Amino acid sequence: MAKSDVKVLGAWPSPFVMRPRIALNIKSVDYEFLQETFGSKSELLLKSNPVHKKIPVLIHGDKPVCESLIIVEYIDEVWSSAPSILPSNPYDRATARFWASYVDEKLFPSMKEIVSADGEEAKKAAIQVVVDGLVLLEDAYAKCSKGGKFFGGEQIGYLDIAFGSYVGWLRVTEKFNQVKLLDEAKTPGLVKWAEAFCAHPAVKDVMPETDKLAEFAKVLAKARAAPPPK
Amino acid sequence: MMRRRVEIVCSHAYYSCIKIGIYTTWWKAGMAEESVKLLGYWASPFALRVHWALKLKGVLYEYMEEDLPNKSTLLLRYNPVHKKIPVLVHNDKPLAESLLIIEYIDEVWKQNPLLPDDPYERAKARFWVKFFDEKCASEIMAAFSSKGKEQEKAAIARENLKTLESALQGKPFFGGETIGFLDIAVGWIGIWARIVEEIVDVNLIDAETMPLLIDWSKKFLEVPIIKASIPPWDKLLEHNKGFHKILTVAST
Repeated sequence: MAKSDVKVLGAWPSPFVMRPRIALNIKSVDYEFLQETFGSKSELLLKSNPVHKKIPVLIHGDKPVCESLIIVEYIDEVWSSAPSILPSNPYDRATARFWASYVDEKLFPSMKEIVSADGEEAKKAAIQVVVDGLVLLEDAYAKCSKGGKFFGGEQIGYLDIAFGSYVGWLRVTEKFNQVKLLDEAKTPGLVKWAEAFCAHPAVKDVMPETDKLAEFAKVLAKARAAPPPK
Repeated sequence: MMRRRVEIVCSHAYYSCIKIGIYTTWWKAGMAEESVKLLGYWASPFALRVHWALKLKGVLYEYMEEDLPNKSTLLLRYNPVHKKIPVLVHNDKPLAESLLIIEYIDEVWKQNPLLPDDPYERAKARFWVKFFDEKCASEIMAAFSSKGKEQEKAAIARENLKTLESALQGKPFFGGETIGFLDIAVGWIGIWARIVEEIVDVNLIDAETMPLLIDWSKKFLEVPIIKASIPPWDKLLEHNKGFHKILTVAST
């Protein structure tokens, strides 16, 4: 398929945008990456995702697909030849979806709580919530990986993509708060997994460097603190 | 395929059987015996979604009523992460989260498909289901539970329901000619929205601005398999009045 037939609208720092990019890389599908300018939304974005006006959007031919994990499933179904992204067994698929939903609905918000926590005590408590969540994921990793390096087993899969897309931001949070979230003592499996994930060919050109992401986080914090543009 | 339904509970004994704790419905599915259990709560719209999915597929299952808020050790064992119903237990393997459960049901039991075949149509169905849960159901819940902000939240819910209506695109059901994933995910809105409207005095599904959604809802709730599972209106209203009191005391 010609490169221009597949476009991803997004931005390099976004963990959600990473997901379809990794999925397309796994499938060896060429695509055009159209980056949105920070602080504004392009006409194409507003036309392709009128409901949410958010990135990522996959544009396949003339069809827009929105919501990062829905896009990943779409990619797996359209480019259905190996390697598969979702597990083949329905129960394993449901389990992968369950934990992906958990990282989006519980883990990521708890990471954001660390940023908004006011004072030392509140920050400590917020950090503990994230650590507790990661311990649950450590257990899930042990069960899902079935001895392999990834949640998907020997190959990276849906849950690796869903959770792995947050590794950059987890590292930024560790850096800013002088704390270990992915910890050798509590989550040894995840520590190894995170390294393997970031080094994977489908991921390494898409995962931003921690320092670059940390710089962006400062820009983001400034922009949020500033009054909204008129 | 022959279906034989044996209802152990009659309508007048509905609540005594809830006290007993077991309410069992058996469907002859015409396939190998499997163990399928659903842990639920009679007044939960999320459990209702799963009932609808199982019944549309003609799946044999045992229903186990949870005595909420006293969660059973079984529920805590099967869903340690969220400790919530519904939980589907298939051959002793538990699954939580209603929408995941429905996708699982659709993948395991292939008759009467709930999701479309085409990947783009599947992505659209999943998109709207997510939109409904995050932007409609949550705002309705907010209108119901936050004292002083009812009208504000209801206005957001109305706007989002109007957006959802556009997904019908002139079809009788969200799934097209027959009901599908999006219909059963959203379908409880026709009942629960009316209950919230009555208890909290807000307007959610507006006849003037959402005639297609209202038509769809009426048609959907009249489908025999759907209609047969809906809990009694007056019991639901009474239950939710009590629930509303608890929620609004908590929010003051």
